[in-house]
Amino acid sequence: MSKKPTIELRTSPHAHAGDDVVRIMRNVIYALLPICAFTIWEFGLSALALLFVVTVTCLLSERLFNRLNDSASSLSDWSATITGLLLALTLPPGFPLWMGAVAGFIAIALGKALFGGLGMNAMNPALIGRAFVQAAFPVAITTWTPAFFEGRFSQFIPTTLTPPFLQSPTIGEWVATVNIDAFSGATPLALQKFEGVQTDIMDMLLGTTAGSAGETSALLILICGLYLAARNMLDWRIPVMVMLGAALTAGIFFLIDPVRYPDPLFVLCSGGLMLGAWFMASDMVGSPVTPLGIIIYGLMIGIITVIIRLFGGLSEGVMYAILLGNAATPLIDQITQPRVFGQQRASK
Amino acid sequence: MGLLNLLFGLKSFTHGIHPPYHKDTADKPIRRLPFPAELVLPLDQHIGKPAIPTVRKGQEVVRGELIAKADGNFSVPIHAPATGRVRDIELMPTPKGPKSNAIVLDVYEGSTQEVLWGQPREMSDLTQQEIIQEIQNSGMVGLGGAAFPSHIKFMIPEGKQVDTLIINGCECEPYLTCDHRIMLEYPKQLLRGIRYAMRASGTSQAIIGIEDNKMDAVEVLRSHLSKGSPVRVEAVETKYPQGSEKMLIKSLLDREVPAGGLPADVGVVVNNVGTLASLGKLLPEGQGLIERVITVAGPGVVKPGNYMVPLGTPISHILQQAGYEGSRTEFILGGPMMGPAVSAMDTPITKGTSGLLVLNEPSIEEESHRIWPCIRCARCVYACPMHLNPSILGQMAAKRKYEEMAQEYHLNDCFECGCCSYVCPSNIPLVQYFRIAKAINREQAV
Repeated sequence: MSKKPTIELRTSPHAHAGDDVVRIMRNVIYALLPICAFTIWEFGLSALALLFVVTVTCLLSERLFNRLNDSASSLSDWSATITGLLLALTLPPGFPLWMGAVAGFIAIALGKALFGGLGMNAMNPALIGRAFVQAAFPVAITTWTPAFFEGRFSQFIPTTLTPPFLQSPTIGEWVATVNIDAFSGATPLALQKFEGVQTDIMDMLLGTTAGSAGETSALLILICGLYLAARNMLDWRIPVMVMLGAALTAGIFFLIDPVRYPDPLFVLCSGGLMLGAWFMASDMVGSPVTPLGIIIYGLMIGIITVIIRLFGGLSEGVMYAILLGNAATPLIDQITQPRVFGQQRASK
Repeated sequence: MGLLNLLFGLKSFTHGIHPPYHKDTADKPIRRLPFPAELVLPLDQHIGKPAIPTVRKGQEVVRGELIAKADGNFSVPIHAPATGRVRDIELMPTPKGPKSNAIVLDVYEGSTQEVLWGQPREMSDLTQQEIIQEIQNSGMVGLGGAAFPSHIKFMIPEGKQVDTLIINGCECEPYLTCDHRIMLEYPKQLLRGIRYAMRASGTSQAIIGIEDNKMDAVEVLRSHLSKGSPVRVEAVETKYPQGSEKMLIKSLLDREVPAGGLPADVGVVVNNVGTLASLGKLLPEGQGLIERVITVAGPGVVKPGNYMVPLGTPISHILQQAGYEGSRTEFILGGPMMGPAVSAMDTPITKGTSGLLVLNEPSIEEESHRIWPCIRCARCVYACPMHLNPSILGQMAAKRKYEEMAQEYHLNDCFECGCCSYVCPSNIPLVQYFRIAKAINREQAV
């Protein structure tokens, strides 16, 4: 006891598991990077520009609202970056950049800052942004481009560079020039729903189909999601329950009429189901915290997705299903409070 | 019960955490330290009414002599841990936080560590009531940390039947190894204490529950038991907080202590191994509790180990003997999960202190301690052994809805094990919120 030490005073527990929010968020980004890279490889310059513009808009918006709230910068928690990347991945690769910026701003402003920032948002901010542009720009958000078109690293998709506040040009002619095969301009889901054409499962697993920037390769998304689950950075029960709910619902209809309705495997591999299940439904903030609640929430999203797909006007329903799930979360949490140790099961 | 436990048949409870255990002192035999120059003996070092001093300032006392008597039934006496002179009875720092009245002894240099005071007796002659009385006379409290008067545990409330004595040898807190060493070094004393406890509580069977990271203790105790003994040893899963009464009863007997209830409500009396080993030694000798085993450990300690120290030893003396290093240090009495940090180096070891840890941790101001908003990751929900919802409780605490927390979300079932704070990636001090909420609710109830 030569010199007096500085005595730290803290309340117990004096040990900590070591994980923190920043580490979780960083890992989500690690898991998203392969998907982003694949998207860029698939759709070229346009996808890169879209990812960049949307993410930067999200970060700038986050900073802007920090300033308006007089609070410290929250960019370092990486959550705005995740919102930006996820949002960009849900948009068509040739989505006009200015519309992407609008989506990014809305995602942070209406989806997050309005509620009080990280942890307070009722719904997934990225999906709020996407829902907004889906309503505002219905044509642009359903304009698809073929994957792996020639010259994708030297030229933009024409719609990408649409000047602000203008509608995007039609791209039928351009598609014809870059694509050898006939391209109908529809995603596998739309093909199945409106034209009764079944896309090969292998194409959907590997991503050689049309679709939103980040949702084409179901296999890659699954692998990236499993990485997060293995590192305990997401609750694996949620995506599993979403997929289970979707597969079961689809399975029932498929058994009733296999000609009219798609098979469960197609349902799982198509559209945004994988991305939604692994990266958006599993968003901790918007999902229930109770063990039973998580199961109800996941199943609900899976079931609603398939019902929208089969009976709704849209070909894809993941986005609205997750938003509905988010909206139901407080209620689910409340009615599924776990039985406390030592309390009788039937209280009162 | 988890799937693995079902497969391997290991007994356990649901939820809980697996912190790094750091049981580095498990192979260090119990040693004695030289006596300190002064001893500080708080009169309220047990739960219940403070003891009443029976000595005056300046009086000479002999090691083992009674120096404070129990104030009624819900209280225990205090004995002199060393021969010396009463310097004063004054306010001194305690592990609990606020200062409280304590007898301060100046220890005579060269004072012997033999106990000179006591009235040996034939234990087999005593009735159940007499044993309970002797337990109170010994000043015994739960040595696992709660410091609850032991004799009260054996006084089974009318209308309740107990059939099983559980002996808690889990020692689920990281770092601590004193109970482990007691089981290895004093198995005969422990088994003797168990026999007394069974007679005092009127139970017909006893189960020693030990976490399976201490299989050597399981073996040693089993080797001392004959066939047909009412005492058996069970290994339970190594998981925090296995050593909590409620969790251990659930693990061993699959009985759930009702909310707000006591182990006696499900026919069980629980005692710590250290407590019963001490009783096994003290009762036949007619002596009082004057010393205990503590674990001195942590990255900041030079000579970590398990030490038998007189009660009232200031932590500065122990640190002098064991040595410590580090400029920014946290001193913790007990384990890292539930033990309080102390602010004064003259804080004494009391009956309920099971360890002294020296942790060199980054400062509070550093980034690793930054508190983020709750992201509703639900890790706390899966960690809480009481199956509470710390996530919602934490959010309500931030809004100061303390009454609602107790009424709707079972705040009062929280026993502050710290699992929720341990896992929280946002570093939210959940347990501290809950302590504050409970304290305010208590104040408003008065």
